[in-house]
Amino acid sequence: MWRFIALRTLQAIPVILTVITVTFFLVRAAPGGPFASEKAVMPQVQAALEARYRLDQPMLQQYVSYLGDLVRGDLGPTFRYPGRTVDELILDGLPITAELGLYAMIVAVLLGVSAGVVASLRPNTAQDYVPMSAAMVGICMPSFLLGPLLVLIFGIWLQWLPVSGWGASPGDKILPSITLGAMYAGYIARLSRSGMLDVLSQDYLRTARAKGLPEYKVILKHALRGGLLPVISYLGPAFAHMLSGSFVVETIFQIPGLGRFYVQAAFNRDYTMILGTTIFLAVLIVVFNLLSDIVATWLNPRLRYQFRK
Amino acid sequence: MNLNILALKTPLVLVAALSLLAGCGGGGEDGEGSSRGESRVDEGVRLGVAHVGNAAEPAALDPHITTGLGESYIIQSLFEGLVVKNPETLEPDPGVAESWDISADGRTYTFHLRNDAKWSNGDPLTAEDFRWSWQRALAPELGSQYNYMFYSIVNAQEFATGALTDFSQVGVRVVDDYTLEVQLREPTPYFLQLLDHHSTYPVHRATIEAFGSPTDRLSQWARVGSHVGNGPFKLVEWQINSHVRVEKSDTYWDAATTKLNAIVFYPIDSQTTEERMFRDGQLHHTYDVPLDKVPVYLAEQPELIHVSPYLGSYFYNINTTRKPLDDVRVRRALAMSIDRELLAETVTQGIYTPGYSVVPPGTMGYEPPKLFDYDPEAARQLMAEAGYPDGQGFPGFTILYNTLEQHQKIAVAIQQMWRQELGINVQIQNQEWQVYLNSHNLMDYDVVRRGWIGDYVDPNNFLDLFITDGGNNHTGFSNARYDEIILRAAPATQDRDARYALYREAEEILMAEMPVIPLYIYQSKHLHDARLKGMPFNLMDSRNWKHVYFDPQAAQ
Repeated sequence: MWRFIALRTLQAIPVILTVITVTFFLVRAAPGGPFASEKAVMPQVQAALEARYRLDQPMLQQYVSYLGDLVRGDLGPTFRYPGRTVDELILDGLPITAELGLYAMIVAVLLGVSAGVVASLRPNTAQDYVPMSAAMVGICMPSFLLGPLLVLIFGIWLQWLPVSGWGASPGDKILPSITLGAMYAGYIARLSRSGMLDVLSQDYLRTARAKGLPEYKVILKHALRGGLLPVISYLGPAFAHMLSGSFVVETIFQIPGLGRFYVQAAFNRDYTMILGTTIFLAVLIVVFNLLSDIVATWLNPRLRYQFRK
Repeated sequence: MNLNILALKTPLVLVAALSLLAGCGGGGEDGEGSSRGESRVDEGVRLGVAHVGNAAEPAALDPHITTGLGESYIIQSLFEGLVVKNPETLEPDPGVAESWDISADGRTYTFHLRNDAKWSNGDPLTAEDFRWSWQRALAPELGSQYNYMFYSIVNAQEFATGALTDFSQVGVRVVDDYTLEVQLREPTPYFLQLLDHHSTYPVHRATIEAFGSPTDRLSQWARVGSHVGNGPFKLVEWQINSHVRVEKSDTYWDAATTKLNAIVFYPIDSQTTEERMFRDGQLHHTYDVPLDKVPVYLAEQPELIHVSPYLGSYFYNINTTRKPLDDVRVRRALAMSIDRELLAETVTQGIYTPGYSVVPPGTMGYEPPKLFDYDPEAARQLMAEAGYPDGQGFPGFTILYNTLEQHQKIAVAIQQMWRQELGINVQIQNQEWQVYLNSHNLMDYDVVRRGWIGDYVDPNNFLDLFITDGGNNHTGFSNARYDEIILRAAPATQDRDARYALYREAEEILMAEMPVIPLYIYQSKHLHDARLKGMPFNLMDSRNWKHVYFDPQAAQ
């Protein structure tokens, strides 16, 4: 097992290095720049700005010094927010985004797994079609539609919940969590349904029933364990994405997380911010893929056996 | 066993779970709706705290570094210049300077600073603070994008471009602690207007020096805890992407006038989110209103919406170096075949007003002349003279705009009008903002959308866009007489009427050559709680926060 983790960690290094390199040169190749403005920027001002951010150095030298800083954990100063660093902005938004991601994950797993399991018990009946259709709606409905819709119903019409904010007034965390979780819930429902269907026809379940186990025990203790494996491997990258924030949900609900930085940094050509957020997301995905593999191994005895060898 | 019962009800599971989650979240025992407790705006009125929507997250709160309008609103609460704009008339009122004398030739300004002006840490504010701050703002290493605001001062431009390194040769002199003398190159009658711009505000030397080099734009002095200003409010809280809170400063010389206890600025990227927050009772004043919501509010709740003329115009620049647009007859024909009334009425829902000049009307008493009109007949005549009767043989060109629905609607409407009136086919093309800026700056376009928002109230601010090789020109337009008026004759003319006459002459030259097609004049639009008073309409949409107050009795 430890060998497996060490191997995967080593494999991650070239992946992340590739991400850094491609991003670094790609953003600089894009037209425009961090100091472009609708108003004329005087040449000496442009030169002073470029010098301050070391953009006047040869590209390769910038790349090398960026990597050097990165090793020390320094993602550099942002272009858009003079006086702030990329590290600071990411660390500042992370707790809020992570909290939102966690709630969204809970919503997604609770709704998704229960709908998927329920649907898998009576395939091709109304009990299957209704939750699966709902899941499809969840997948297809973009959050920029679902969010304002929920706000309109629960915020403006019923006046049950605040229309925006995060931790400022009671209940303001509910609508964003549902909005962000809904799409993932749909995927999870479909994955858990098909996973369950595969498992439910297996011999060991017939054995369990033959032993006279009550049906709920058969499902909850035996079937779920195998049936949810596809969900587990999906949850890794899904949670990585949730942790990196959602531009749409954070904008709609006015949440001070870090999701907005991803999109704005690209629009602003904020080179260091684009790199910082991209590296952050890449690392998250690698880590959570690894975690979900570990959990899957732990749940699946066959995989466990392989590692023991 | 249980499973069957569960199974029966499952079709409803999703729906039930959703509404359950939502329902129990409704604040539980807190109660809901308007009874969800006191709304933020009501609490604000009670505590004297204004909640204001404020565009994007402020880039910084250092007045010499920021360029955005949102930042300027916060900075106006934290700092004060030598003069402040009267919120009603926009004429200069005393700020840190109690009074000022202007020499007979209009080239020497002597400012008498008030003795009781203080920084928010209690330090006295003196003339030397201004001299040092202006030196910092002009220093080439700082890279202030607004340093041209000082260029009317003797040798300021030379210092800012690095041609001169000795600041003592720049026309700013400290006579004594409370007297500052400024020498101008030309009388520059709008000079006082510039002194209420954030780029000319004083900054606190000791604080900035404690954080490293004064000209390092990445310095961290302008944050909560270390930020020092001299305005009616001081910085108390700054949570990124959430809010900036400023509270009344007791050291401000006119603290007796300041009525609000605090202002909370919310950076809100989405106009629709801002509108929902206003409806939910979270904001007293919004930064903007989504265009499609304006008619709804005007019809149903006119007391909540403020729409008023704004110092900004929307126009198309023409690349006069490209065929067939190098022919002035074609350019004039294009301008004369656009029905601006129809455009303003339909595309902008009747909110913006048709524009026939780049200078918005009413800028300090200046009314731009109307030098052409919607006249498709004459336009067709011009096109025929240029060799394109009924559009025959016209090679076509492309209208470029940055990706935004509103710009697209306008481009499509104009494309249609030109096809109808002149029989010509033109393409339209959108580009992402940065790509668009790049194309514009490199003059890689035929016709390009532009907008301009005034930094100070004077026609000069709009007309100097088109001086030969000006940094904002990019049309290829060049006219010696025009340059002469804008660069020399007008700044040297002290009498306002005579100066405005010169500007009208410049406009005649500009519209005769037509390197630019004026389209419409912007309006500022806000949703506004009627209880928030002291924010009169003005062309610059400028506020003087110390005069803002609540009247709890005002009709809601």
